Amino acid sequence: MTYLIQGDDGDWEVVIGLEVHAQIVSNSKLFSGASTAFGGAPNSHVSLVDAAMPGMLPVVNRVCVEQAVRTGLGLNAKINLHSVFERKNYFYPDLPFGYQISQFQHPIVGEGVVTLDMPDGSVREIGIERLHMEQDAGKSMHDQDPKRTFVDLNRAGVALMEIVSKPDLRSPEEVGAYLRKLRSILRYLGTCDGNMEQGSLRCDANVSVRPKGSTELRTRCEIKNVNSVRFVMQAIEFEAERQVDIYDAGDTVDQETRLYDATTGETRSMRSKEEAHDYRYFPDPDLLPIDLSQEYVDKIRAALPELPDAKKLRFIDDYGIAPDDAGVLVAEQETAAFFEAVADGRDAKLAANWVIHELFAVLNKSGLDIDESPVSAESLGKLVGLIADNTISGRIAKDVFEIMVAEGGDPEAIVEEKGLKQITDTGAIEGEVDKIIAENPGQVEAYQGGNEKLIGWFVGQVMKATGGKANPKMVNELLRKKLS
Amino acid sequence: MALDEATVRSIAKLARIRVADDDLPGLANELNNILGWIEQLNEVDTDGVEPLTVVGDAQTPMRQDVVNDGDIRDDVLANAPDAEPEFFTVPKVVE
Amino acid sequence: MSDALTSLTIAQAAAKLAAGETSSVELTDAHIAAMEAHRDLNAFITETPDLARARAAESDARRASGDARGPLDGIPIAMKDLFCTEGVLTTAASHILDGFTPTYESTVSRKLREVGTVMLGKANLDEFAMGSANVTSYYGPVKSPWKAADGKDRVPGGSSGGSATAVAANIAMAATGTDTGGSIRQPAAFCGIVGLKPTYGRCSRWGIVAFASSLDQAGPMTKTVEDAAIMLSAMAGYDPMDSTSADKPVPDFAAALTGDIKGLKVGIPIEYRVEGMPYEIEEAWQKGVEWLKDQGAEIVEVSLPHTKYALPTYYIVAPAEASSNLARYDGVRYGLRVEGGDLTEMYEATRGEGFGAEVRRRVLIGAYVLSAGYYDAYYLKAQKLRTLILRDFTDAFDKVDVLLTPTAPSAAFAIGEKMDDPVAMYLNDVFAVPASLAGLPAISVPGGLSSEGLPLGLHLIGRAFDEETVLRAGQALETAAGFTARPAGF
Repeated sequence: MTYLIQGDDGDWEVVIGLEVHAQIVSNSKLFSGASTAFGGAPNSHVSLVDAAMPGMLPVVNRVCVEQAVRTGLGLNAKINLHSVFERKNYFYPDLPFGYQISQFQHPIVGEGVVTLDMPDGSVREIGIERLHMEQDAGKSMHDQDPKRTFVDLNRAGVALMEIVSKPDLRSPEEVGAYLRKLRSILRYLGTCDGNMEQGSLRCDANVSVRPKGSTELRTRCEIKNVNSVRFVMQAIEFEAERQVDIYDAGDTVDQETRLYDATTGETRSMRSKEEAHDYRYFPDPDLLPIDLSQEYVDKIRAALPELPDAKKLRFIDDYGIAPDDAGVLVAEQETAAFFEAVADGRDAKLAANWVIHELFAVLNKSGLDIDESPVSAESLGKLVGLIADNTISGRIAKDVFEIMVAEGGDPEAIVEEKGLKQITDTGAIEGEVDKIIAENPGQVEAYQGGNEKLIGWFVGQVMKATGGKANPKMVNELLRKKLS
Repeated sequence: MALDEATVRSIAKLARIRVADDDLPGLANELNNILGWIEQLNEVDTDGVEPLTVVGDAQTPMRQDVVNDGDIRDDVLANAPDAEPEFFTVPKVVE
Repeated sequence: MSDALTSLTIAQAAAKLAAGETSSVELTDAHIAAMEAHRDLNAFITETPDLARARAAESDARRASGDARGPLDGIPIAMKDLFCTEGVLTTAASHILDGFTPTYESTVSRKLREVGTVMLGKANLDEFAMGSANVTSYYGPVKSPWKAADGKDRVPGGSSGGSATAVAANIAMAATGTDTGGSIRQPAAFCGIVGLKPTYGRCSRWGIVAFASSLDQAGPMTKTVEDAAIMLSAMAGYDPMDSTSADKPVPDFAAALTGDIKGLKVGIPIEYRVEGMPYEIEEAWQKGVEWLKDQGAEIVEVSLPHTKYALPTYYIVAPAEASSNLARYDGVRYGLRVEGGDLTEMYEATRGEGFGAEVRRRVLIGAYVLSAGYYDAYYLKAQKLRTLILRDFTDAFDKVDVLLTPTAPSAAFAIGEKMDDPVAMYLNDVFAVPASLAGLPAISVPGGLSSEGLPLGLHLIGRAFDEETVLRAGQALETAAGFTARPAGF
């Protein structure tokens, strides 16, 4: 499933590295006690530190450090016991200090790896280069006044993790899979809520192309701040083709920052950022280095939740469900937990089917998350139980499920109340079978003459006559016996 | 590593400090005197010496993750030269 | 009467207050009168007489109800205008902080307020504390009350020049200073008072306008070593809001002044005998050695081989940090804004007009030494030198308890001198800077007068967090020196 772009003289391969900015889940900011909550009135979640008032000093938030370490462990990465905050110096209105406190030479997390299960069944390992902590910037609003830009510092100083991948990604699909996997891991860990629309997960993509088979790294362009997985994939697709066109025309690609425009599906050069930057990084003298003990890291490691990869393997091994289904169920921790509650002591494959097909259809249709599901895991579990012990048929179960979705209620009570119990009494079914055979001599003759497909028609007639309650398997067996 | 006027101009740009053209030669001269004097450090062999950023051997203290600050917009905006009721302002930025 | 009140030390005034022989209001009024009488010295950027009288009255009320808060309750002091003070204009002597009135109080000034001191006003300084003569202030130079035989006005030293002048001229009973590379000790020496730079981390930097974060340290400027000890006890202490603040108990520094230095090992660093040092400096230093020896100290020659590199190292580290610390002055959130056509023009106009020549020089040097391609050659090199300089001291303190040197290589010079030669100006701090780079406590104590009748300072450097030994040895020098000279007319 190699992704290649056809150029004039051959195929081109695309080389992608991602820088993901993930907002750390914490109550207060990285270096101040102001709130990180979204949606505050402008400049209300701002302390004197965040506004860089003279003499104000940063003090690091313990939980943010812990979250960064937890994330590093979740990415199978090396935790650097010694790390250093540095200042990245540049001027911008939403950067009150005139520098961003970040980590540069000594990040808190080093190399790691994220495993992707691709739809074609292949497995890709994407290297993580590093993870470091840094401050978010404030927000500049350019559309409030004809002559001025307004600045809101509510976001200024909120803790971010910058997660840098190696240039290991080779297609928009891999990028999509990587982002979804990363988001899944972060959400499992509880270190980032992964909400791209609110901006708590943002992605910059470094994209270059090279002739197929080559190992060189050509000039890359950085696409900034794209706010959905789909847009990142589209942006990369556009950008890769743009670069191939440039090479085909005999030109060279300029290293630059580009913006993705979701309305046109194109990337364009960001003129204002073209000026060469010289960030003058140096260790922040207001902060001492962070020195962690191995015990501290081990303690966090011991408390890590089961992560998607491990959970998927367990679902396959313990429940015997298909890898694809397991992948779907573990993507979100809540879904996995819901499934396990449904499957508890029951037919797990049946439970997986009901969650993935019936329940997801309902949720998608109504735009609900699993924790807002109109049917509880307990109720769905009971329903699965009723099918498994032949109390109702799968078809009746769908009717019951529809009632549960629309009106709520306990499946056992619904089945009881509406008299939907499956007819498993051989005598009762036999009576209906005999009646149908007697009433339809023509079809009987045709069947016996070799048209065996007609068995389905007979089953349908019996099911109709019993209001769908007859056990289909028994109907089938009786019909075959009596018609042969 | 003598600084020419163009370099001084670009450093001033980096530091966002306007320097009048007339001031450039004098400023370049002053900075070169200082840098020339600083260069005596090259006499010292510092191979293998660890750099020192902060004195003391303590590690950075860490704050509890509690919201105990903010909600002081009036204080935050009190000294702003051209504030709107809720915002700081700057000349319009075109991206 | 009022002369008698303004010439008191803190310890003396505290005794009189305790005995009911005077009141804080009386003391404060006398000092306000002195402040107003000596405005020509330009020691203050902002005078706060109303605030002072109100706080003095509160102090007297506390005392009347038996709630006096210790030796500093009711004592009128000057606050260097680098400390942010709630509701009181704070300028750092820079045009760029025009009109800036903090809504908050720095930790050190708050602590001093809490023990009852009465702030007379905000003392003048070099702009952003960058200078050694208090000639770079946007609010004009400060004059020392001392005059030499030539009658020319002398610099008070810097950057805490207003603080030094206020104390030397009996305008304030004590003052706060800050010391990044000698800014407490050198002006103390020039003005004939005591100046103590504590160990880095001893006093909180929270709320002090930053110059160079890894070096800045607040400290007291006083008439006596005992007063310095009293002030330091109030100013020092761990502050969880400053990550570089030391979580160590604060001793009762005054209690360390036992007067006994028998057996104290005093190191004389041979590298401080710099070429071209004036004879009278050498002579004052030698006198200091004798005084300590006479009181039972053991004198040991030590070597601090990297001493000569301290000053150039400092002039990389401090400007580098300053270039970044001063980036926040951009015309957006406080202070001066000079409008421009677009954002960049606004930044450049504001910072171009807002910063004076010396600040501009240092910000540019700092930006340069951190810039791509030069970081290793300058900044990293300086950080490595800093390691070597600290190591020199560590080795020396294996052998001795305290080091004795001159505070400055000369007495105060005339206002206007050395203005056109930054490096010559920087050399004022050649003896002060090594201790700053190593974060060590150091004190300047008056050691006598120059041939021109100007004060000379003696400088003691101690082990980290051993201010007690520094103060004890400082008092031994003070006692022996018997420095009672006063500037003419004060």
